[in-house]
Amino acid sequence: MNRHFRFRKFVEWANWVGMLCCMSVSIFFLVAILGYVLVHGASYIDWEFLTAMPVPAGETGGGIANALVGSFLVVMVASLMALPIGIGAAIFINEFPSHGFGRTVRFLAEVLTGVPSIVVGLFAYALVVVPSGGFSAFSGSVAYAFIMVPIILITAQEALRLVPDSLREASLALGIPKWRTIMGVVLPVSSRALITGAVLAISRALGEAAPMLFTAFGNSFWNVNLTKPIATVPLLIYTYATGPYDDWHQKAWAASFVLLVVVLLTSVLTRAFLRGNSDE
Amino acid sequence: MSSETYAINDVKTRELEGPIASATEALGPDNGVRMRVDELSVYYGKVQAVKQVTLSIRTHKVTALIGPSGCGKSTFIRCLNRMHELTPGARVEGKVLLDEQDLYGAGVDPVDVRRRVGMVFQKPNPFPNMSVRENVIAGFRLNGVRDRKTLDEVVEKSLRGAALWDEVKDNLQKSGASLSGGQQQRLCIARALAVNPEVLLMDEPCSALDPIATAKIEELIHELKEQVTIVIVTHNMQQAARVSDFTAFFYLGELVEFGETGKLFTAPEKRQTEDYITGRFG
Repeated sequence: MNRHFRFRKFVEWANWVGMLCCMSVSIFFLVAILGYVLVHGASYIDWEFLTAMPVPAGETGGGIANALVGSFLVVMVASLMALPIGIGAAIFINEFPSHGFGRTVRFLAEVLTGVPSIVVGLFAYALVVVPSGGFSAFSGSVAYAFIMVPIILITAQEALRLVPDSLREASLALGIPKWRTIMGVVLPVSSRALITGAVLAISRALGEAAPMLFTAFGNSFWNVNLTKPIATVPLLIYTYATGPYDDWHQKAWAASFVLLVVVLLTSVLTRAFLRGNSDE
Repeated sequence: MSSETYAINDVKTRELEGPIASATEALGPDNGVRMRVDELSVYYGKVQAVKQVTLSIRTHKVTALIGPSGCGKSTFIRCLNRMHELTPGARVEGKVLLDEQDLYGAGVDPVDVRRRVGMVFQKPNPFPNMSVRENVIAGFRLNGVRDRKTLDEVVEKSLRGAALWDEVKDNLQKSGASLSGGQQQRLCIARALAVNPEVLLMDEPCSALDPIATAKIEELIHELKEQVTIVIVTHNMQQAARVSDFTAFFYLGELVEFGETGKLFTAPEKRQTEDYITGRFG
């Protein structure tokens, strides 16, 4: 009896230790990545790095201002395209259910999230760059939008699915037309989850370098013209990290750090904003 | 109106009387019949949930629908404002007349029907993204009315109508979801009243509420029938006996008996009705 009890306690303990180990390993990688980038990158960050233009290879100093602005611009234009399309599609398949069709769209969206981003880049190259005759910031936005749409669609549909049908019925029973029910009740009630999904998609796009290789292409000079090649932070990291100069490697680390901070800040601020709203 | 009149018009099942003698009876508030349901059948796919039900709903009276679970009474009430269409695979045959108009007739917009026939649901469902005030005027606001003075009047009138005004008047801006369950249900009633419906449908409005909140709603139903015709589904026979003027007993999708509440509960004509109200089944 007593031995049996002790054995059960041991099993309990062993399981606990096992799970603790799994947890530690996963946390370790997160902390290691953050720490490594912090150690290598943070020391290089100063005001000049954030606000200055890149200098010619070999010279020290300079910054990544053009890439920061470029990333912001390309992702913003991508969001302007991807958010209405993704949320609109989610509304369509969730609020106007048709047998099997919605599930097919959802399945395709899930497949699309698994498409390698380099392939997305190639597709945007064929779709925009070739017909328009040159690399451009806009083609980069199209590539990013392709990555964002399925993420937004899936998270938005989950968000809409969580809105209880009783609220739709309450609205329809008041003689409120369906589209007003969607705009006035369904979307506001699910807004938090919709925003979270949008931020997830934006964060994902902010960090993608591969789709930029043959779309936005990169640019060592200042550019805010969407029809011209533009620098973006992830692509700049790729270029600097694979380049031959030690100074470039330093800059790649520093840019990585900046990118990480931007992504973290975006999601932390969004969470804080959403939590603040919920306290009303 | 005398009870003889009702006997002619109301107590009907298809097996009993065949084609309905009073099908041509004129509708409208003047002769006391607000809605008339004619041979209504409802199907979910191949399953028939409501079987050729015919009954009249009288103006400014409370009509209660009782019966065991799954007897079709909720399905039936949802047909009265075409909410039933929202269920995929549902199909309706027969007529539902509101005054002179067939609600299922060609060219009738369900949105319009629902403005005239309001509904209160089993579980209180105030809009969580809106304040008390916004909840009440949701029907108005989402229909495009913006004038502040009109809206303020509607808010007060509806909340008074739902006996909630005194409890919330000092804080109309707080979230509708922060009220108690009973208050939420009265808020939903206020919201339904705000668009000035001719008929108010209540689908087990008290089943999620405690006895005190239930008593308040029942009291409210008594007051409301002065201004609106009420149809209420209830599981609770005492409640039907307390609040209603007419009672319809449904069983297995059929309307077994329909008549004055006092009569139906004291001297039911059908054996099934008697068995049910005396608690022998259901």
